[in-house]
Amino acid sequence: MSRIEGVLKSLKSQGRKALIPYITAGDPHPDQTVELMHTLVKAGADIIELGVPFSDPMADGPVIQQACERSLVHGTSLRQVIGMVKTFRETDDQTPIVLMGYLNPMEAMGYELFANSAKEAGVDGILTVDLPPEEADEVAPLFTERNLDAIFLLAPTTTDDRIRAISEHSSGYVYYVSFKGVTGSGTIDIDEVASKVAHIHELTALPVGVGFGIRDAETAAAVGRVSDGVIVGSVLVDTIARNQADPVQLNKALTDLLHPMREALDNLTV
Amino acid sequence: MKLTEEMLSGFPDARGHFGAYGGRFVSETLFDSLMTLEKEYKRLKNDPDFQAEFDKDLAHYVGRPSPLYFAERLSRETGGAQIWLKREDLNHTGAHKVNNTIGQALLASFLGKKRVIAETGAGQHGVATATVCARLGLECHVFMGAEDVQRQSLNVYRMKLLGATVHSVQSGTKTLKDAMNDAMRDWVANVDDTFYIIGTVAGPHPYPLLVRDFQSVIGRETREQCLAQARKLPDALVACVGGGSNAIGMFYPFLTDESVQMYGVEAGGLGIETGKHAAPLSAGRPGVLHGNRTYLMEDENGQIAGTHSVSAGLDYPGVGPEHSWLKDIGRANYVSVTDDEAMEGFRKLTRVEGIMPALETAHAVAYAIKLAATMEKDQVVVINVSGRGDKDIQTVAKLDGIEM
Repeated sequence: MSRIEGVLKSLKSQGRKALIPYITAGDPHPDQTVELMHTLVKAGADIIELGVPFSDPMADGPVIQQACERSLVHGTSLRQVIGMVKTFRETDDQTPIVLMGYLNPMEAMGYELFANSAKEAGVDGILTVDLPPEEADEVAPLFTERNLDAIFLLAPTTTDDRIRAISEHSSGYVYYVSFKGVTGSGTIDIDEVASKVAHIHELTALPVGVGFGIRDAETAAAVGRVSDGVIVGSVLVDTIARNQADPVQLNKALTDLLHPMREALDNLTV
Repeated sequence: MKLTEEMLSGFPDARGHFGAYGGRFVSETLFDSLMTLEKEYKRLKNDPDFQAEFDKDLAHYVGRPSPLYFAERLSRETGGAQIWLKREDLNHTGAHKVNNTIGQALLASFLGKKRVIAETGAGQHGVATATVCARLGLECHVFMGAEDVQRQSLNVYRMKLLGATVHSVQSGTKTLKDAMNDAMRDWVANVDDTFYIIGTVAGPHPYPLLVRDFQSVIGRETREQCLAQARKLPDALVACVGGGSNAIGMFYPFLTDESVQMYGVEAGGLGIETGKHAAPLSAGRPGVLHGNRTYLMEDENGQIAGTHSVSAGLDYPGVGPEHSWLKDIGRANYVSVTDDEAMEGFRKLTRVEGIMPALETAHAVAYAIKLAATMEKDQVVVINVSGRGDKDIQTVAKLDGIEM
């Protein structure tokens, strides 16, 4: 059983929902990322999605675009991001880490080297925004062979046939994008998400995490009620942007944002 | 590799691949839209009503066929092969871009989409899109890098006059690639009612296919005209390559004519050795950007590199996937000329033939002159004059130290 599967199974058996924060590695500075990851865990994260910065993040809104730019100013590379996971693992061998990003940095590094290095460092899952299963023939087996979970996106526009096909290629969980738009934009429609996630549950046994549009304890609880986990990105990244000058304040601000979401999720009676 | 019609029908394959290149590398939200577009395009491609409408617009609105003109004086001065010019600069809106926007806007109409988005570099594709949207009564939004908005202010105003909204893109390098990023972002958010008219043979499948199909009218006409006027097939075709739509339009109908050599001319900027250029086929390596795998300019970590060219329309770090394939199989040659050489080409064609080419086209002109000089008098070189230079007059004046 992968670390992701283990965590999600254990949460489910306790009737709890997963809290999955996203931050961009290297933002605001590569030296701070590991500490921020530990902060997220202390504030209640079950799984961390660690963003690999890319020069052309086409599926992201301005908040994460700027995080990529802040990170790339320091030349943050995929190799360095994997190094951050390795350092994180020195003191935390429980919390699953999913690398989330775009395909080109992985292609440039070389898929086999990437898969080997990621596995060796203690990465648990890979989510590549611009890699649909149709294009993953070459890459996905390299992940599967190493017991790295391949996590794919589902969207409001995904047809039933594709939900089935994508789920077959996925392990760990599937990531449901709650609305049509880029990260950090738009407003989540809870009723719509509820009915879509219920429908996805009919088509796959995999846990469903929901991301896009979760900003606070209230939306986290509302989405947690109808899914297996909530993914929180832009609001955290925006908090990093606003507190980048003061590392102490930054850790506090992230905790103050995430912890109430944890509490709200744990107070759900399902 | 000797290409046959039968082989060509498999490129792209069912998943939009040209060998190792192309494909559909997009976020999930767009996937269904691309599948629908592919399915509808396959149907309409063989629909007589759609084709008749397209042909009628090309004839009466664009003004096709464009002439194939023998540049006698330029040929004489060059002292080698005969140089012929395919005059895409004479199309309505002044460039080849309109062939494709007519086709895609028709697709948008047939699919019932009321809102159109487009990216643009030099502004020619933006103008061509705004033009057809004005004619069809479609809402038009053009994304343009903030730097290009500055250097192509004339085209920005043209688009506004045509009723389009121009979005100045502030992210990244503020050029064409960033405009394409923002167009994709808009599309994800408005995928239900919006048609994305991509201006070049790049992007996710089926775009490289449908842009090639719409632009192939250039090569089909050239083939017929050359046989009629020069009484033979061309020995060499020369076209500039940014994303590569005018080049593929010219090359494609000749791919099975083994005797026809093809030269795609990339922007060498300040020189390939300086790193300040926009020549992924000459100096890049394969990667994935904007929905397809193709040659890219990138750093060792896979971050897309900044580009430089005197011409905004070639200032792009990628290239259409079919060009990447044609390079690898050796069917087409890809070369580059510098900003300075392109400027010489611009001046030469202007002064010797009275035809002022776009700075993009000037790259093809500069290379073709060098090439023709090495060839025999009975040989024929055809340059695709992809656009006219009016839009570049401010840029040229600035290089000449003249304030306008």
